[in-house]
Amino acid sequence: MKSLSTFSVRRVGLALAAPVLALAFAVVVTSAILIGTGHAPLDAFGWMWAYGTAPDSIVLTINLAVGYYLAAVAVAIGFRMNLFNIGVDGQYRLAALVAAGVAGAIHLAPILSVAITVVVAMGVGALWAAIAGYLKVKRGVSEVISTIMLNYIANAVIGYLLVPGKLAVNVTGSEGVGTKVIPASGQVPGLAIIGGAQTKVYGLVVLAILVGGGYWFLLSRTRFGFDLRATGRSETAAVASGVNVKRMVIISLLLSGGIAGLIGIPNLLGESYSYSQNFPAGIGFTGISVALLGRNHPLGIAFGALLWAFLDNARQILDLHQVSKEVVTIMQATAVLSVVVAYELVRRYSISRQQRDVAQTLEAREVTV
Amino acid sequence: MELRGITKRFPGVVANHDIDITVRAGTVHAIVGENGAGKSTLMKTLFGMHKPDEGTIAVNGQQVTFSSPADAIAEGVGMVHQHFQLADNLTVTENVVLGMEPTSRGFLSFGAARTRIRELGRQYGLEVDPDALVEELGVGDRQRVEILKVLYRGARILILDEPTAVLVPQEVNELFGALRELKGQGLTVIFISHKLDEVLSVADAVTVIRGGTTVATIDPEVTSARQLAELMVGSELPSPATGESTVTDVDVLRVENLCLVSADGRSLLEGISFTIHKGEVLGIAGVEGNGQAELVEAVMGMRQAATGTVDLGGSDMSSWTTRRRREAGIGYIPEDRSRYGLLLDAPLWENRILGHQTERPNSKGLLIDAAGAKADAQRIVDEYDVRTPSIDVAASALSGGNQQKLIVGREMSGEPQLLIAAHPTRGVDVGAQAAIWDLLRAARSRGLAVLLVSADLDELIGLSDTLRVILRGRLVASADPATVTPEELGSAMTGAGAAA
Repeated sequence: MKSLSTFSVRRVGLALAAPVLALAFAVVVTSAILIGTGHAPLDAFGWMWAYGTAPDSIVLTINLAVGYYLAAVAVAIGFRMNLFNIGVDGQYRLAALVAAGVAGAIHLAPILSVAITVVVAMGVGALWAAIAGYLKVKRGVSEVISTIMLNYIANAVIGYLLVPGKLAVNVTGSEGVGTKVIPASGQVPGLAIIGGAQTKVYGLVVLAILVGGGYWFLLSRTRFGFDLRATGRSETAAVASGVNVKRMVIISLLLSGGIAGLIGIPNLLGESYSYSQNFPAGIGFTGISVALLGRNHPLGIAFGALLWAFLDNARQILDLHQVSKEVVTIMQATAVLSVVVAYELVRRYSISRQQRDVAQTLEAREVTV
Repeated sequence: MELRGITKRFPGVVANHDIDITVRAGTVHAIVGENGAGKSTLMKTLFGMHKPDEGTIAVNGQQVTFSSPADAIAEGVGMVHQHFQLADNLTVTENVVLGMEPTSRGFLSFGAARTRIRELGRQYGLEVDPDALVEELGVGDRQRVEILKVLYRGARILILDEPTAVLVPQEVNELFGALRELKGQGLTVIFISHKLDEVLSVADAVTVIRGGTTVATIDPEVTSARQLAELMVGSELPSPATGESTVTDVDVLRVENLCLVSADGRSLLEGISFTIHKGEVLGIAGVEGNGQAELVEAVMGMRQAATGTVDLGGSDMSSWTTRRRREAGIGYIPEDRSRYGLLLDAPLWENRILGHQTERPNSKGLLIDAAGAKADAQRIVDEYDVRTPSIDVAASALSGGNQQKLIVGREMSGEPQLLIAAHPTRGVDVGAQAAIWDLLRAARSRGLAVLLVSADLDELIGLSDTLRVILRGRLVASADPATVTPEELGSAMTGAGAAA
């Protein structure tokens, strides 16, 4: 069927047009700023590329991207049904802390120990998100407000738990405190998959890939995923079709929080082995940007996470050349802002285009009949 | 007003071609045609919302070019839209002057405007209290405000787009009285409609549009509704009348003493009881907003009833979820298809799944069966004549009639025992309407029980085996569709008198 393939091919083409346009625009804006501040854009991009593609930088980029990817998937689950889970940040940090405490305390067979850590992390993340779900369903509190507030509460809870005598111990050789170091049986060895690199990729990169595959399968292949997407597209139509929207809100926030709980785990079990004050923070917010950039699509998010992580790493070189590395932040922000606009423009264009095509095809058919 | 050879093209589509209409001053001139025949394109041309690619428009013998509605208004052309464009939280006066607010020394001053609105109201029989808030007005009064708005701007030629679609028969008569008054005072009315009886009763001349062009201009004095309709469709005519009664004595849906209360404690439905048998169509007549939507949602389980029981085929389903009710064999054609019946952004085959997520061929266990759903979507497209190039296009790309045929096809799938049809032919063209009526009749003769809610009284009377009238959340009267007239039904709907 010719018409079938044209409609599908065009949809893919249009879906790719938006991020490409947005990135191009971001590069133009960044270039203008570089020129305005007396730097040659091509030089700056050249340095970043050279630095960012060195083997050790690639490992760093992948490791950073793993967290971004998980965070973006957590956010995307909410987005697909019009829920805005801004609380991913609090969810993952609280989950990482509790999981680190548990992993530091147990001595079991390696796989079992890792499995327990993962399950605890998911459970804590899910429960923290469930508070927002409960408030929304029972009390009508917007999840936007409650998840933001819960981030602050999570901070306070972490501060309360991260003291010696509770979940923390004094770290030898420093003034800080952290959870007890996870024994070797609970750690996940890195993978030396990038040739020439001194460092290794987190073993739990596998976890991110599994989560991505699971997310894709759940949304596009299962009844639950259909209900979730239907709710996001039109809540009224979903209710009429028999979807229990309140139940969907709870389940999707549990899922989102569960995935959020995993964000810190690859780092925890592959590098830091302890949750301390300098455990990476803010990944939950980056996840929102990455989810927007990747249009909530599992592959799009992967691309977005890698790009974001690449930029985060590569910009470090700019300091050496007396270029302010904040230009890259501007570039990231411009890309996110313009991709949102671009997706909406593409959406409107494709609707009117399709309406026209349908009218045209039908008219042609009528003439031949 | 004179139109000569108007042609309007959109990329790839010719919406209007060679339109020729002469509207004599001081007459009511009706333009009729099926949905999609090109009426709205023509109307937009008349009102300057877009420019024709070819052809000329002349007003009072002078050739004019409208580049925007402002130009049209300057030439004395005014438009009353089908969907009211009023601000609910403002008064009648404020709405009328909106966009050209009178000021005195920099401050708003409504005194003169208020007097003028009263005068206009008296002059044309369109009296409305200038200080009433629009949100407190009924549909008929709102329409008067719309007409006043146009008159206030000095219009001598009024374009009315489907003005009777939202009115009950009594309000229609009042509107027609006002139109005759306007005509009597030398104004010209262009009246766009597809309700032929009304057109014939009020118009001095009728132009029929079909396939984007004018096919005939006729004199309503010597033309019957049937002839007019045949001109419109270009072929033989549908009629909603059902044949032999197929009502059995097997209960399918039994609703007993159903009461529904809103969140703020108002009573929405009170003591609703009725039974629909196998092979029976029960029609619910009523002015919109009297509890029809709530009744449908209560039967579907989308709203939790306060008291009362709903029983399907012998099992009490009062506590069932919407999904369980659907699985038990209830098909649902919602009144607002774009909000309740479709995922507009999703392709047609995904829309085939909507509402039947747990049923074959759409799913196997917990997984969606995309191949099964696609094959069945194609079957619906073929069997129900949904005009689309592919099942991969988004639902929003289809015309209203084709969207509705898709919904009907979907809800008839899987042999339901009960079909809830809310305004099943609203906003669809005559061809699709006839097709949907045929489908309902065929399903009824196979033993389907149908709860039909409609604002189209001919449809209700023609399709129903039993009629009930709903007013302020209560079933207040019954009528026999074999003997009742639309006028009697209209009276019962407004509470003016009991039907036969």
